[in-house]
Amino acid sequence: MTKTQSSGWGSRVGLVLAMAGNAVGLGNFLRFPAQAIENGGGAFIIPYLVCFLLMGIPLLFVEWSMGRFGGRYGQHSTPFIFDAMGKAPYWKYFGVFGIFTNIAVAAFYCYLESWALSWSYYSVAGTFTGMSQAEVQSFFENYIELGTSHPVIFWIICLFLNTWILSRGLSGGVEKVAKIGMPLLILFGIVLAITGISLQASPGGAINDGIVGLNYLWSPDFSSIWSFKVWVAAAGQIFFTLSLGMGSIHCYASYLKSKEDIALNAMSAGWMNEFVEVVLGSAIIIPISIGYLGIEAVTEMVSGGSGLGIGFAVLPKLFSDWGTFGIFAGVMWFGLLFFAGITSSLAMGTPVMGFLEDNFKIKQSTGAWIFGGIILLLGIPCVLSQDAFNEYDYWAGTIALVIFAMVEIVLFAWVFGMDKGWKEINTGADIKVPGIFRFIIKYVSPIFLIVVFVGAIPSILENATKATSVYGWTARFLLVGLFVLVAILVYIAKKRQGSNPYPESND
Amino acid sequence: MNTSALILMIVTWSSVTFATAYFFYKILTIPSKPEYDSTSEKSEKE
Repeated sequence: MTKTQSSGWGSRVGLVLAMAGNAVGLGNFLRFPAQAIENGGGAFIIPYLVCFLLMGIPLLFVEWSMGRFGGRYGQHSTPFIFDAMGKAPYWKYFGVFGIFTNIAVAAFYCYLESWALSWSYYSVAGTFTGMSQAEVQSFFENYIELGTSHPVIFWIICLFLNTWILSRGLSGGVEKVAKIGMPLLILFGIVLAITGISLQASPGGAINDGIVGLNYLWSPDFSSIWSFKVWVAAAGQIFFTLSLGMGSIHCYASYLKSKEDIALNAMSAGWMNEFVEVVLGSAIIIPISIGYLGIEAVTEMVSGGSGLGIGFAVLPKLFSDWGTFGIFAGVMWFGLLFFAGITSSLAMGTPVMGFLEDNFKIKQSTGAWIFGGIILLLGIPCVLSQDAFNEYDYWAGTIALVIFAMVEIVLFAWVFGMDKGWKEINTGADIKVPGIFRFIIKYVSPIFLIVVFVGAIPSILENATKATSVYGWTARFLLVGLFVLVAILVYIAKKRQGSNPYPESND
Repeated sequence: MNTSALILMIVTWSSVTFATAYFFYKILTIPSKPEYDSTSEKSEKE
């Protein structure tokens, strides 16, 4: 039984740009450079690329395949994509992660995204002109501590934008944003990367050439390759950067026709993300910030593994010293971050809308507003408290991804079966998928993911039992409640289904 | 830049840029397949 897609992608380029946009996010520019510095500099690229080849690409093939397979049965979200692939009734409850994670991550991610929007406004308005570094830092701290109403105003604007775009559907909304946002993001990134690399030290200006920062980032500490912590960091960064383990790739792919290519599409979107991260991402904040502040200061700023502080509290000051070009640089930098953010948050909304439409006949436009309302409510603790933000980030943005990816690859390779799975990947393929990936998907990637999960258990236990504030406990309670709510909706949806909704998949 | 940093950076940037351009070029140039609908898929299976 097949179902005609009620909405789909307008073009292949639009699909690939949207998938790349799903993957490209704030982390490409703010997280990767910091992770590289923290984990061996240039040598980090070795475990990073190995993880990309052994885990990233295989999981991309798996998630795209699962998505297109589920779309054949009119399912655009993971609970019932998993249900169609595995005979046992519990698989759909693992699929709940594909809704839960998107909602929980969107709840804090849209707030971060709104910072990029507001900082774009401040760049145009010249807010940072004449400010010292300490004043810009203080401005940033005052902003995130809600010293003004701006954070809430821009957050609401950002939520509204996301919801409105989602309500216009896939080709009318999401795809249009990707077709405009991704090329602009890449263009802005190239201009800023050239600016960073070509920075020259001068009296009263930069204290180092941009090359000094590049040299620092890329200088390899090969001893780090023997560190388990570095490999975990590399695997984590690959997960994070490709938006794996979230359910959004499945959703986008579910709108493909059953014989449309996934192999070439997946490779193109995946490598586009890597270009933005490894080429552009490594050439902006580190060269520019080391150029003006020096290695020691920047190393301390990125010591937590994130370049958020540099991105929002340091670069505005540096741009304000660049005269007229500085205004453009600020708009490009924060505009680029905003496009990176919104293309990702839109991808988080579509599985929720798909789930509501497929199983409860709720129109996509209505589903979009429901999604917007939910992330508004769930996002309030994140706006009010760093503790809540960190809880969402850890449980939904880190642990849930690993659990989901581990389960889905076992389902795909061992339950659905590698014979059917390999056929699914190669159906309609516009490139020859190397046969080695069959072995990698069945044996290497699952072991990889199980090792990463087992390695994370001590951290899970520590974070589950550590003391936190009222906001932190509220966040934990909300996350558990969200998961249970989605699981209940899945249960109800299953009861509403016919006796055999997937007649061909049980072969 | 020191030699090892320069080599690592150039090799990585070149490889990643080449792979990105190669796959996107294929996306742009491979002709699209004829549209399939549920009727044609069903008759293929029979």
